[in-house]
Amino acid sequence: MILLEDVVKTYSSGSPALSGISLNIDAGEFVFIVGDSGSGKSTLIKLLLRELKPTSGRIIVNNTDVTKLRHSRIPKYRRNIGCVFQDFRLLKDRNVYENVAFAQRVISVPGREIKRNVPQVLSTVGLAEKYSSKPKELSGGEQQRVAVARAIINKPPILLADEPTGNLDPKNSWEIMKLLEKINRRGTTVLVVTHNREIVNAMQKRVITMKKGVILADEERGEYIDED
Amino acid sequence: MRISTLGFTLKQGIKSIFRNKIFSLATIATIGSCIFLFGLFYAVMVNFQNIVHQVESGVAVTVFFEPDLPDERIVQIGQEIGQRAEVSKVVYVSAEEAWNEFKDDYLGEYADTFGDDNPLADSANYEIYLNDVAMQEDLVEYLMTVDGISEIHKSANVANTLATANSLVSYVSLAIIFILFAVSIFLISNTVAIGISVRREEIGIMKLIGASDFVVRAPFMLEGMILGLVGAAIPLIVIYFIYNKAIGYVMQEFAVLNSILAFLPVEQIFYTLVPIALILGVGIGFLGSGLTVRRHLRV
Repeated sequence: MILLEDVVKTYSSGSPALSGISLNIDAGEFVFIVGDSGSGKSTLIKLLLRELKPTSGRIIVNNTDVTKLRHSRIPKYRRNIGCVFQDFRLLKDRNVYENVAFAQRVISVPGREIKRNVPQVLSTVGLAEKYSSKPKELSGGEQQRVAVARAIINKPPILLADEPTGNLDPKNSWEIMKLLEKINRRGTTVLVVTHNREIVNAMQKRVITMKKGVILADEERGEYIDED
Repeated sequence: MRISTLGFTLKQGIKSIFRNKIFSLATIATIGSCIFLFGLFYAVMVNFQNIVHQVESGVAVTVFFEPDLPDERIVQIGQEIGQRAEVSKVVYVSAEEAWNEFKDDYLGEYADTFGDDNPLADSANYEIYLNDVAMQEDLVEYLMTVDGISEIHKSANVANTLATANSLVSYVSLAIIFILFAVSIFLISNTVAIGISVRREEIGIMKLIGASDFVVRAPFMLEGMILGLVGAAIPLIVIYFIYNKAIGYVMQEFAVLNSILAFLPVEQIFYTLVPIALILGVGIGFLGSGLTVRRHLRV
């Protein structure tokens, strides 16, 4: 599903963000990517989203060579990847329904399909009754669930979550992780970038640990490795 | 493209206009002012050209014939001149008509003292009217080569002054209009840039979700075009109502010039002005937003 071969990314300032990393993530896997600031996690996410191009190496996602992707093909490629961020990135002037429907409107899904899909996906994330609420009327956990609903409504085969629990309390953090696990059980490949040691250690999933642009460890049922 | 996408794009563009009310109003006011001034300059230019044309049509070159030139040759000369591209009309004035006109214009009751004599017996002539006063010199050069013509009277000063004034008005108007439109494009570009910065987060989300370049850019382009259209429509309405009043005022205040000031009716001016102004308004909107979108929205 995701294949990186000797990927190097050096920014124009000359500082290397990734120094030749290779990894393979199969379809349907649930993977944690951990590491301290400057380890290259964010660069990896940006490369997968094709916000950046690698300096060298090859990235294959869902049978698409991302490194050779033409500019005009990027939007269609990104429809294969759902994204969830630490700061939720919801549209504050729109209600829950419109925030989720937005993801379908911008890719020209017909109106009647949107009306059918949005209630379904809101039900999956447990927010069916809050469809008319504005983001500011929701708790952090609920806002993140709206973001997850928006990320999965187009049924992408891959879900990227960048610090999805970074702004949440432990209870809400666990609820989000359970939701991501549920989505993973339905067949979606899930990549979670996190600093949450408790969750990583408890969930017993594959853990890729990065440090200074290289992969320090890649373990099935891994644990959070301390910086030291 | 689906109708729902078009509807979504249109809705986003209109929403953006209302979201940035102040800047949208400022843009409409600026485009409106520019189109208003353009409309005024256009009306002045077209009317001036019309007046010049009226005067031009009254400017004639007069040719006199050699004494005892046969009538057949005179007719032949008239036909040759009438075929020239510069010429709009050739009028034959017989010696008798010339004398009668002279009597009416200058002698009045003293004309009787001449009895049946015609002091202008050799004054039969052609009055040659031109399509364009600027062509007068070419025509005169030709006339000098024609056998049977003894004398050519021309009004070089009038011709040159009118032609120069006409070009000057056109060039000045074009220069001012060009500057106004450059300012408009700059301002609309700023408004759209502000719209983009206000919606930066939304644009970021759209890009991540996989919205095409068209879907991301179209609302901004549409916003610019709507602002341009509204900015063009308002001054046209204003000009429509003030034009007749302004003409009425000028005709009343400068009644002595009524014979020269031949103003065009507003309908005739609007026949060309409306499509030009609307296309310009939408064009400015398209260009201004297009430049900004290209610069700020590398999707």
